[in-house]
Order: sequence, then C-alpha cells, then structure tokens
Amino acid sequence: MKEGDIRFAKLFVLVCGAVPLALLVWDQAHNQLGANPQNFIILTTGMMTLIFLMLTMAVTPVRKIFGLNWVIQLRRMLGLYAFFYGCLHFFCFYSLDRAFSISSTLHEIVARKYVWFGITALLVMTPLAVTSTNAMIKRLGGKRWRALHRLAYVAAVGGVIHYYMQVKADTRQPLVFIALLTVLLGWRLVNYWRNRNPVPAAASKPKPAA
Amino acid sequence: MKNENKILAREVTPPSVYFNRRNFIRAGVLAAGAVATGVVYRKLNPIGVDTGPPVQTAKIADVQKLAVTQTNDASGFTVNEPETSLADITHYNNFYEFSTGKEEVARAAANFKTDGWTVSIDGLVNKPKTFALDDILKIAPPEERIYRMRCVEAWSMVIPWVGFSLSKLLNAVEPLSGAKYVAFQTLLDPTRMPGQRSDVLDWPYVEGLRMDEAMHPLTLLTSGLYGRALPPQDGAPIRMVIPWKYGFKGIKSIVKIRLVADQPRTTWSSYAPNEYGFYANVNPHVDHPRWSQATEQRIGEPGRRPTLMFNGYEEQVGHLYAGMDLRKYF
Repeated sequence: MKEGDIRFAKLFVLVCGAVPLALLVWDQAHNQLGANPQNFIILTTGMMTLIFLMLTMAVTPVRKIFGLNWVIQLRRMLGLYAFFYGCLHFFCFYSLDRAFSISSTLHEIVARKYVWFGITALLVMTPLAVTSTNAMIKRLGGKRWRALHRLAYVAAVGGVIHYYMQVKADTRQPLVFIALLTVLLGWRLVNYWRNRNPVPAAASKPKPAA
Repeated sequence: MKNENKILAREVTPPSVYFNRRNFIRAGVLAAGAVATGVVYRKLNPIGVDTGPPVQTAKIADVQKLAVTQTNDASGFTVNEPETSLADITHYNNFYEFSTGKEEVARAAANFKTDGWTVSIDGLVNKPKTFALDDILKIAPPEERIYRMRCVEAWSMVIPWVGFSLSKLLNAVEPLSGAKYVAFQTLLDPTRMPGQRSDVLDWPYVEGLRMDEAMHPLTLLTSGLYGRALPPQDGAPIRMVIPWKYGFKGIKSIVKIRLVADQPRTTWSSYAPNEYGFYANVNPHVDHPRWSQATEQRIGEPGRRPTLMFNGYEEQVGHLYAGMDLRKYF
C-alpha cells in the first residue's frame, strides 16, 4: 500500500472510532438515551472499550491470515481508542454513578471485585498508551516494547471478566465477548505452538547410516 | 484526422480531475464507513426511540385519592416528591418474563392478553377460592397510593399506583392461625410470556412475604397506575407492591396466592442467595455484594439521591423488624 493510502486508512479508523461518541453525545442532547441515561452512558462506553480492545487484538491474526501487512499500521489508533473509551467509562462512573465523590469512588474500587478487574484493565492500558509513540518504541527497543505491550492481553481478559461479573442474570452479551477473546487468544496459542514446533520438512528423509 | 486527435486529447483525464475523483471516492468510503459504524453501534446499543405503543389501558372508575391535607399524614400512602412520568414507568421495566432488556419489555409485552384471568387463593385458609379478576377487584374500592419504588439495581421512581391493601383480600379468605407466610406465583405460559422460553430464571417467578408484612396496610394488591388499569409491562392485570422492599419483591401478573407455614422459596434469592435475600428491605447500610445501596438514581432526575432506610417507610414498618439483624436477614 502507498503512504497516502495508509494515511487514508488511519483517517478512516479515526473517523469511524469517533462515531459512537458522536452518537452518544447527539442522543443525550436529544434526550434519546431512555429512562436512565446515566446508566446507558456508563454501559455503552464500557462496551466500546471492549470492542476496541477486541479490534486491537484482531489486527495481528488478520494480518497473518490474509497477508495484509499494512493493517498493523492501524493497531496503535485502535488501541488508543480502547484506552480513550476506557477512561471515559471510568470518568462517567466517577461523575454520574458516584456523583463526583472521590471517597465513594475509591470505596467502590476497593469493595467490589468486578471493579478490581475493570480498574486493572484500565491501569494496565495506561503505560501502553504512554509508550505508543514512535519515539517511545525507539527508546524502549522493539523487543522490550513488544514484551510490555503483551499487557494488552491482560487488559482484554480483565475487561471481559469485569463485564461478565457485573451482569445481573442475562449473560449473553458478556459470553459473546468471552467467545471472541477465546478465539483471539486461541489463535495466538496455536500460532506460538506451530512456530516452536515447525513441521520438520526433512524428518521423513532417512538419515544416512553413520 | 485532426478531428480524431482532438477527441482523444479530451479523453485523457487531466491530473487534477484524477485526484479529485480519488478524493471523491475516499470521501465516499469515509462516509460509508461512518454510517456503517453508526448502524452497528445502534444495533449494539439500542436506544429508547421505538419502545412500543403508548399506554392505552382502560381508566379505573372512582379511584379514591387522599385529600391534599392528608399528604403529610403518617400512613405513608402518599409521598411529597415529583411523580415519575408515565412514559418512563411504562418503558423502563424489569420483567424477565418478556425481556431481560428494561427498554425492550414494553414492546415485547404489548400484545399480552389477560382475558379470563383468575387468581387462586388457597393453603392455610378457611375459604380457599379461585377468583375471577373482576371479583377480586370488587373486594374493596380502588385507592391511589403514591409510593417510592426502589429497584435493587439502585434506581428509583415515584409511582401513583391504584389498588387496595392485600390484607382485605386475605381477610376475605380467612387465614388459619398456622399461616405464617404468603407465597405468590406469576403466570407460567411461554407462549404469552416469551421470556419464559429462555432459562435465565427458574420459571414461574415466585415471591413471598411474612404474614405480618402481608397484612401491613402499605402492602398493596395493585391493579393500576396513573388511574388506568396496569399496562402489561408493569404486571397486568394484578401485582404486588411493597414500597419498603426492593422492586423484585413486587411480583407481577399473579395467578396463585397460597398461605403457608414455612418461609417459601423466592426466585431471586434462590438464583443468588448471597445477593438477594428473602426480606429484601431497602437498606442503605447493607450493600449488594457488587454495588453500593447508599444512593440511588431517581429516574428523570440528574444527580443521585441518598437511599432512605426502608425506602422512607421506617416510621410505618420499622417495628416489624425490631431486634432483627438486618445484615443477616437482608
């Protein structure tokens, strides 16, 4: 792909990623978020976080399976959107659900197991967002940077467990995310295993007698 | 020949047009992507635009209202807080028999028919009977009761119900002295209640009250709201409202009432015994394991309200629980 096309692809992700936020703001301004808009906003920003985490994790499989090397260039923006919606989600919990009370927010963080998973996911994403620039990649070196950014798996697992735990009884939607996550992590496991044990092409050849 | 050359020259797209077309296509792709994202977003996060028809249930005649001078009396029959809108009361419902989505229930329940409804009352009573709905409604005149409704999920409403105290029905069937609890059951009919085709809860929905709770004047056998018959999504044709307890105690679309000696099984407490108790009294000091019960989102209001002990009915019902450890019996 040409430089210009990649720039356009990035613009495409930038615009599409902002659409849910724009619609959320639009719907709120037009009183279209139903009877409990506060709850709707918190749930929706959380779901957007999970979706962008899944999209970020889908980049490598898509790249390898379809041979589309250029998609790797979109991963940073997808990951940053996940972090952005995650921060928004937390801010809405703090402002709308905890009414800007720092002490009650801290109390909830300590007291609720499902919040532990969510807050861990958000904390883990923070250094990833900070080290997402080209300069930081250079400074850390590719190997260390890649090792650090495997924390994205922790964020995804934490986020999905967080969602599953806070649902009252109907677990269908969290289960969809669990299934997606299983596929995305499973593909990596299989890929890792294959790379470690490459099919030995010469194995069938009889060894020359010593 | 000269003519031909001229046409060929025109056919060559000049660079400026070429790049404009490229930009044009890109703009199209961008717009299509944005629209597609919007469509997917709307599918995943349905908003309350098309939430079913407005309420058109029959008006209830001769509803007795408390006089304005009585609004601050000690009965608790009315509350001096703004009423939640009919639209919100009828489009934000927890009624898993129709849907687990609170904003989906109204649409899913729109065609629910209650013709020929009966309620059987038996167990430890002198006069067990299966009532036609109309016969139950004739037991006492309908009263308007404006109650706070506090959901265990930490949101709340103020609802002008129509009904009469359950005690009037119970007295009519003459409870025996061995009757210590009242057990209630919702209709079981997956053809009419599509949510019952999934096993999200153990159907039919069952609830229960201790005898003294059931006989308390605030405990309302409810057949209407806002002066109209109950809409399907709010528990038509007849339901319970116990204003000092979390909303899930207010069992809907009741077909069976049984007076029993032992504490009956209840749906949510058997689903998650550590999260939902038999008593389920509104209590800001005892948190749900997964969230605080100290504050609540009043539907239609910005900000949060502090949750009141027994949902503000402590004066009326506090004595029922004197000496009880409310952390243990939550």
